[in-house]
Amino acid sequence: MATAVALVLFLAITAYAVFGGADFGAGFWDLVAGGARRGDRPREIIDQSIAPVWEANHVWLIFIFVVLWSGFSEAYASITLTLFVPLAIAALGIVLRGSSFAFRKTVFTTRDRRNFGAAFAISSVIVPYCMGACAGAVASGRVPTGGVAGDPVHSWINPTSILGGVLAVLVCAYVAAVYLVWDSRRLGDTVMADYFRRRAVVAAVVTGIVLVVGIFVLHADAPYVFDGLASRALPLVILSGICGAASLILLVRNAAHYARALAVGAVASVIIGWGVAQWPYMLPTSLKVADAAAPSGTLSTLVVATVMLVLIVVPGFALLYHLDQRSLLPEEGID
Amino acid sequence: MNGFVGTILAVNPVPWARGQMAFTLAVHIILVPLGVSWAALALIANYRGIRRNDKDAMLLAERWSNYMAVTFAVGAVTGTVLTFEFGLLWPRFMGQWGEAFGVPFAFEGIFFFTEAIFLSIYIFGWRRLKPWAHFWTGVPVVFTGILGSASVVAANAWMNDPSGFTLNSAGEVVAVDPWKVIFNDAMPLMSLHMIIAAYVVGGFLVASVYAFAMLRGRRDRYHRVGFLIAFTVGAIAIPIQMGVGDSLARWVYNNQPTKFAAIEMVANTESDVPEVLFGHLNSDGTVTGGIPIPGLASWLSDPATGKGTVIQGLNAVPANTRPTIAQVNVVHLSWDIMIGLGTLLMLLAIWYAACWIFRRDMPRSKLFLRIASCAGVAAIVAMEAGWVVSEVGRQPWMVYNLMTVEESATANTGIWVMSVLVGVLYIGLAITTVLILRKMSRRFRERGNGAHDVPYGPSEPPDTEPCAAAPTDDAEPAEDVEAPV
Repeated sequence: MATAVALVLFLAITAYAVFGGADFGAGFWDLVAGGARRGDRPREIIDQSIAPVWEANHVWLIFIFVVLWSGFSEAYASITLTLFVPLAIAALGIVLRGSSFAFRKTVFTTRDRRNFGAAFAISSVIVPYCMGACAGAVASGRVPTGGVAGDPVHSWINPTSILGGVLAVLVCAYVAAVYLVWDSRRLGDTVMADYFRRRAVVAAVVTGIVLVVGIFVLHADAPYVFDGLASRALPLVILSGICGAASLILLVRNAAHYARALAVGAVASVIIGWGVAQWPYMLPTSLKVADAAAPSGTLSTLVVATVMLVLIVVPGFALLYHLDQRSLLPEEGID
Repeated sequence: MNGFVGTILAVNPVPWARGQMAFTLAVHIILVPLGVSWAALALIANYRGIRRNDKDAMLLAERWSNYMAVTFAVGAVTGTVLTFEFGLLWPRFMGQWGEAFGVPFAFEGIFFFTEAIFLSIYIFGWRRLKPWAHFWTGVPVVFTGILGSASVVAANAWMNDPSGFTLNSAGEVVAVDPWKVIFNDAMPLMSLHMIIAAYVVGGFLVASVYAFAMLRGRRDRYHRVGFLIAFTVGAIAIPIQMGVGDSLARWVYNNQPTKFAAIEMVANTESDVPEVLFGHLNSDGTVTGGIPIPGLASWLSDPATGKGTVIQGLNAVPANTRPTIAQVNVVHLSWDIMIGLGTLLMLLAIWYAACWIFRRDMPRSKLFLRIASCAGVAAIVAMEAGWVVSEVGRQPWMVYNLMTVEESATANTGIWVMSVLVGVLYIGLAITTVLILRKMSRRFRERGNGAHDVPYGPSEPPDTEPCAAAPTDDAEPAEDVEAPV
């Protein structure tokens, strides 16, 4: 059952990356969209694309935390103890990001919009970086177990964490750009569709380059996970590569339709691959999943909650996205 | 911590952890009622709007949902901070008890998910969904809000009444009975008390805004309907709240005698204990100041035995397992504030009800409106005070009789930096939220209640769409930012 709950945990991380990540990535494109006039239309598309869905997507993060602290409380305590700084920055960033985004929609002067927009966009980059850095810290075995904090600085400022952080930002940006191509088309704006398509291609290429560099970083800095990726998780790595390459080709050839699904596939297989690579450890190489797992009563509760999630939340999400994609959720009331 | 930064800036983390948790919760708890009850108010207005073709009610529902978009976002992110803080501030607590304490949150997660999904559909669905379909997308928000609060409070109640787990000889949790964790003895009354508090606060807070507007001379039907819906909900909730609170106090009397002794400032176990309004407990166990009502505390604790009811004193347990004198005084003062403001709200509700019964109309006097315009703040203060009673009254325990706050806290001596940053950020956030809501209100007013505000209008031509809205494929492009660029 511990394995099942660990799988749920990684699936939840995947869901957060492909849904919530796209909202962060949209913030990245907001940040680099340029001045008030030039960036106006991209920002408008970004607004409309993520406004109805970001709060619901954000709940994946809470679900991840809940599974972690109930199912693997020792791992949660170790992670929060060691990675205090990046997690604290992420928490503050989430507050800044969510509230600024909500505020920006309600103000109309350029100055206000610019200020809130900047806060939203900058924190949209910082938060995924911090989370990627935390993932890197875990993957490279820098989070010790047993109630002692690891190094408060080098645990998250190290080659693997930097790789994790940069990758998180890039992956968010890539996924977001692919989605935004779609949303621009849905909103009938071919100029913007092409705008985001070009950016998606650039993001995909840069992500690919960083991944190649990442192989060497992991080899040198996170040997356990590297070995796992090169053996157990190799099929997933290859799958991710194929999906990524295929989505890139489709994007270049301006066939964004399947690119979206392939992009999601690429990201999902990387994250699941990470989980498989560090198996059987929760915190390589000090805490095994089986040892970290809560008593069966708690684990079965989490399984029940997951079943409820599948039965209640997933259809809800499907409805939300269905309505959103059919442009039935155009704006907030009459404002 | 190591290195330069660590040695210079090392500060005892416990008071900072405690202060930060208290502060962030105190902010979040104001937003919670809005998430839980405002949706219900909006749905009442929405229902009225569709059923009776009431344009004012419909407009209110729509605007409330617009405000909610802001408060819900702020509530969601401040709630997220709490999930970080559990680990960042209390890693030892979470490491030890997460397996049991975390259980209710699994369901809270599900409810919050559902709430967020349907609230988004409701907020964004005004224009394109069919009226009743749109109304029904709001209904799950109300129920999941209630169930979500029940789950979160279940976790808090568990801290007061830890149950549903087995410890081994090393003190580790080895078995968990999730049912008993969630439905611990403290949970039903505490959850009910919080859920109803959400309706008391939501109702009176929204009503107070419209009362204030009416005092300013905006006595049109729109403001009247807004006031009536919200105030009626608050007025129905407050007597129920008094009843539930009374039962909860008796539960505390029976199950957390030390907390109860702090509430009533009882140093030594005795009968015929007076209910002292305000006043101050001294370190020698005497009470000075305040207005004592002879025997009332004993009588309220158990009316069956009346003034003869014995109340266990603080001194019945060792000093390191009970709140300090200063904490006792905070608990007692908060208790008096909660009861006092609750009673005032109750009297206001009676006034309102009496007018309806005898005159079929709300009270017309300016005095009523003046008091009503303060009722929202009063309800918030009462709720915060009640929460202080519950939390400070449990001191020094994090998990009642099992783990102290001191033992739960992080050993990280640098957390004060985060506390300061959180403090600054939250104060900025609070000010901005209020400014934004006021700005929205002003803009709504300037636009008036005219024909533009027609929901459910699929045939609205695109050129009447306001800023940042391009709902159709052929909608207008860029130049709709109102201000000069």
